[in-house]
Amino acid sequence: MTAILRGYALRLLPQLIALAVILLMVSLVFPGFFRLEIQNGRLYGSLIDILNRGAPVVLLAIGMTVVIATKGIDLSVGAVAASSITSGHSLAMTLVITLGTGLLCGLWNGVLVAILDIQPIIATLVLMVAGRGIAQLVTEGAILTFNDPGLIFLGSGSFAWLPLPVIIWLVFGILVALIVRKTALGMLIEAIGVNRQASTLSGVLTPVLLIAAYMLSGLCAAIAGIIAAADIKGADANNAGLWLELDAILAVVIGGTSLLGGRFSIAASVLGAIIIQSINTGILLSGFPPEFNLIIKAAIIVFILVLQSPPVRNAFTFVALLRAGRKPTEGQAR
Amino acid sequence: MKPKYLPLTATIVIFVLSYALCVMQYPNILSTRVVGNLLTDNAFLGIAAVGMTFVILSGGIDLSIGSVIAFTGVFLAVVLENTGIHPLAAFALALMIATLFGALMGAIIHYLEMPAFIVTLAGMFLARGMAFVLSIDSIAIKHPFYGTLKGFYYKLPGGGRISLIGGLMLLVFAIGILIAHRTRFGTDVYALGGGTATAKLMGVPVGRTTILIYALSGLLAGLSGIVFSLYTSAGYSLAAVGVELDAITAVVIGGTLLTGGSGFVAGTFIGILIQGLIQTYITFDGSLSSWWTKILIGLLLFVFILMQKGIVYASRSKQRHA
Amino acid sequence: MQPNGENLLSATRIDKVFPGARALDKVDFHLRRGEVHALLGENGAGKSTLVKCLTGAYRRDGGTILLDGVEVDPRDTFNAQKLGIGTVYQEVNLLPNLSVAENLFLGRQPRRFGLVDVGAMNRQARALLDDYELDLDVTRALDSYSVAIQQVVAIARAVDLSGKVLILDEPTASLDAHEVEMLFRIVRRLKARGLGIVFITHFLEQVYEISDRITVLRNGQLVGTRETATLERRDLISMMIGRELAAEIRSAREGQVVAGPVRYRFENYGRKGHIAPFDLDIRAGEVVGIAGLLGSGRTETAEILFGAHRADSGMAEVDGRAVQLSSPRRAIAHRFGFCPEDRKTAGIVGDLSVRENIVLALQARRGWTRPLSRTEQNRIADHYIRALDIRTADREKPIRLLSGGNQQKAILARWLATEPEFLILDEPTRGIDVGAHAEIVRLIEGLREKGMSLMVISSEIEELVAYSTRIVVLRDRQHVAALEGNRITADQIIEAIASANERGAA
Repeated sequence: MTAILRGYALRLLPQLIALAVILLMVSLVFPGFFRLEIQNGRLYGSLIDILNRGAPVVLLAIGMTVVIATKGIDLSVGAVAASSITSGHSLAMTLVITLGTGLLCGLWNGVLVAILDIQPIIATLVLMVAGRGIAQLVTEGAILTFNDPGLIFLGSGSFAWLPLPVIIWLVFGILVALIVRKTALGMLIEAIGVNRQASTLSGVLTPVLLIAAYMLSGLCAAIAGIIAAADIKGADANNAGLWLELDAILAVVIGGTSLLGGRFSIAASVLGAIIIQSINTGILLSGFPPEFNLIIKAAIIVFILVLQSPPVRNAFTFVALLRAGRKPTEGQAR
Repeated sequence: MKPKYLPLTATIVIFVLSYALCVMQYPNILSTRVVGNLLTDNAFLGIAAVGMTFVILSGGIDLSIGSVIAFTGVFLAVVLENTGIHPLAAFALALMIATLFGALMGAIIHYLEMPAFIVTLAGMFLARGMAFVLSIDSIAIKHPFYGTLKGFYYKLPGGGRISLIGGLMLLVFAIGILIAHRTRFGTDVYALGGGTATAKLMGVPVGRTTILIYALSGLLAGLSGIVFSLYTSAGYSLAAVGVELDAITAVVIGGTLLTGGSGFVAGTFIGILIQGLIQTYITFDGSLSSWWTKILIGLLLFVFILMQKGIVYASRSKQRHA
Repeated sequence: MQPNGENLLSATRIDKVFPGARALDKVDFHLRRGEVHALLGENGAGKSTLVKCLTGAYRRDGGTILLDGVEVDPRDTFNAQKLGIGTVYQEVNLLPNLSVAENLFLGRQPRRFGLVDVGAMNRQARALLDDYELDLDVTRALDSYSVAIQQVVAIARAVDLSGKVLILDEPTASLDAHEVEMLFRIVRRLKARGLGIVFITHFLEQVYEISDRITVLRNGQLVGTRETATLERRDLISMMIGRELAAEIRSAREGQVVAGPVRYRFENYGRKGHIAPFDLDIRAGEVVGIAGLLGSGRTETAEILFGAHRADSGMAEVDGRAVQLSSPRRAIAHRFGFCPEDRKTAGIVGDLSVRENIVLALQARRGWTRPLSRTEQNRIADHYIRALDIRTADREKPIRLLSGGNQQKAILARWLATEPEFLILDEPTRGIDVGAHAEIVRLIEGLREKGMSLMVISSEIEELVAYSTRIVVLRDRQHVAALEGNRITADQIIEAIASANERGAA
């Protein structure tokens, strides 16, 4: 058991170190960074702020992780997040419709990928383009304002000293991670991502699992959409979810899940999303002009990607194999 | 008919039919004025889409072009405001930066064997970030040379005019067609799209071609940025968001296979026209929500992806039974 | 034979070593001007390794290559091409999306004023293809033509680029009789022009039709080079698959096999384009060996039984009850197991650990809601790592880092963990070293003794003889003969394959 725990810790180490370094650097420039205080039964402080603002990307990253693990990608999540916002109904009804929309979008993507065998990047492009249009049509292009206190509570309420969005992604993330890791789903998904043909031949229900992955991603997008909408007390179909899909993919990549599918860690992706938000918030707090935000982000992606790239990885494998005392075979070198 | 012309033909048929439908409802759409505006309004998108066509033909993708357009615009605005450099020299400088930027991305894609999607995503952040660093405000360009350039146009019978930038787009398309079909580089691009491993076996210089393709895409994105700054007379770092998506859409609607290897630069031109036409129609109608543009384009995209899937499937099963 | 003046290409004592395996062991190969020289051997015999050494795709570890009496050392395929050695593969190595003319002239298109002169290119392409009796629209995409024509275009390109030696690697595998005839006309014409042609195939009748001499490789070694005209067909087959060891292993088995009741019955079972309908009964405690040359429908038989491809005719019964084997899942539900031939693409899940690879099929059958606990997984993995002697540092090592033999044993463990009652093994000993080889043979024997039904496909006759209780012989995607009891000898199998071949050739 301790070995397994140590394995987890080892897996998350690079992300934890990166996060710690970023937080430390910010605190050097902005001394009050780590201060937390309780007001009106709620924690306030920059750290809480990061957790709170990061909520949409964290949620998207959770679903995106599973999709990417199957060797797929979901470009539509931003648009789905935007399109899943409806109004004029009771809170319960709004939630049902929204989550249903998300699941439906996921089903659509999943069918295109698993049954029609269309490349994921192309299949999800359709909803990426059309989804936002549909959303804007539904909301008639206007920024809807929500007056429903329940919905506002979702976006800015608090529970057990934490903002509700944080609670939502924590609970949801833990739930998904538990479902994936306490059942055999995680392993089967990884198997599909690494070798779809071998998995099918071993009896894995490949199409069903693929569709399920995209539906989870759609569901995550819907929840992210609700939080984003509730937070600004209005659904802005034009801007909600803009670039969010790219941030989510980035979070997954920073989390160390390969875009080529296979091994994944939801916790690492969540950390990845928090890292991105820490960079955003940190740059803001430290008085740097926010315009450096994107450049730093780009630098981080490039750095992580170079480490993950096949030539660099092969070099590492080669060294490891040399240490183990055997030469890599022809096949592995390729 | 050769099967490779099938998607292009479908595109042209759809364009002609929808144009006819539009004309039946609003005869004005046929006027040279509307046509001229269609070209002018979509000039920057069209130029960028030519570069995107080459990238997609080779089996890649370039997400950075919207950001490069914005960067170029801001760069020009800042340079023209703060220095005495002539706009033409600034143009040359901007084009050089954009080309190098693209070449760098191509080199990373090739040498580090990384997916184009992620590399150009990083490029997208980087270019946009550099634009932000130059200026976060929208800067108007008041240089008199801009006015001169805007004064150039070719008058069409019927009151329409082909502006300088509209004409430039047509020229870029013409050169693009020439490069695609009349140079060894063009054939190499198609070869990469047909299969990198085979292309390499047949002697295609894969690395050089990949770098050139992204450099070309960068160059055209830079040119598109110049055109965009002429069009708007300003440089703004938040401009041209999502243009890469519009360009990809135009390429796919134009009948180019997103998996690479098959398609035509000319098809992209029709793709641009279809998008422009939908917008024009919605403007003429006045009552329709402009969001219909996105929905219709998404729908067209879906239809084309399905059709391409069908063509690929049909040709494969034909080969099996051959 | 000594290399002499008439030899166009002389390769002497070629060595090629891969980690853990000696792919070529001092192989000699001599090609004369104006001859068609068949290079034969089962999978893994070293044919393609030899070809790759000749064309520079691999760097050889030893030996010399003389071309026209001059020593050459092709660095890569382009270099070999420039020297005069061109290759055409079964999988046409051209670009399907380019036009015929572009494929012929890629990288050397005629230009005028810096632009490609498409008219001239198309004219030259037509002129080039005239030599091959092909009148094509050279502006059409290559994939609008049949594989046979693509093959000819590939030959035209290779000959145009190199012009001395032409290596044809399984060019006829996907052609029909008529197309093969067309191809052979072209081969004869090139032969008359003085080219040396190396012809690799697994169709023996084609070898006898077109080749002048035959060189046979087995296990990376040269078996011999013979004149085709004087080589008996059955001698050729025994050269290819060997039989020296067969009798020994067979006699080592003690006692007679007692098979149980018929458990699996397939009637008129088949799929168009894959395998002709066949009847097959399999009893408990029986090993059905599948013999036949490469491409005879061995793997197709396995795939259809396992539901990897759906049968389009006939019916299947398990223990007397009709069943649908429409997918691997269905087959697995009936306790089938299948170790595929292509370990890398269809067997291992490379990045996952040995443990996960072993429990994968069992877990898939239980469904995702009933996970095996980690303790349970460890127990299963450790059990099989011990039982099958899978050599790995620990069970958490990614399986792609294991050697071929150990990967194979892990895949076997994957199925044994599901406690299968019918296990299909497709080339279980392919590409693994001799030690692991013997272990797997022993394992098959052990499973049979426990009452399992097995079907084993193998190119190695002595191996089949060693463990099979019955042998089904395949040819041309048909089940053509069955051998039982004391008729299972290497001689009889070779006889059956050969006579089947003769029937087919007649």
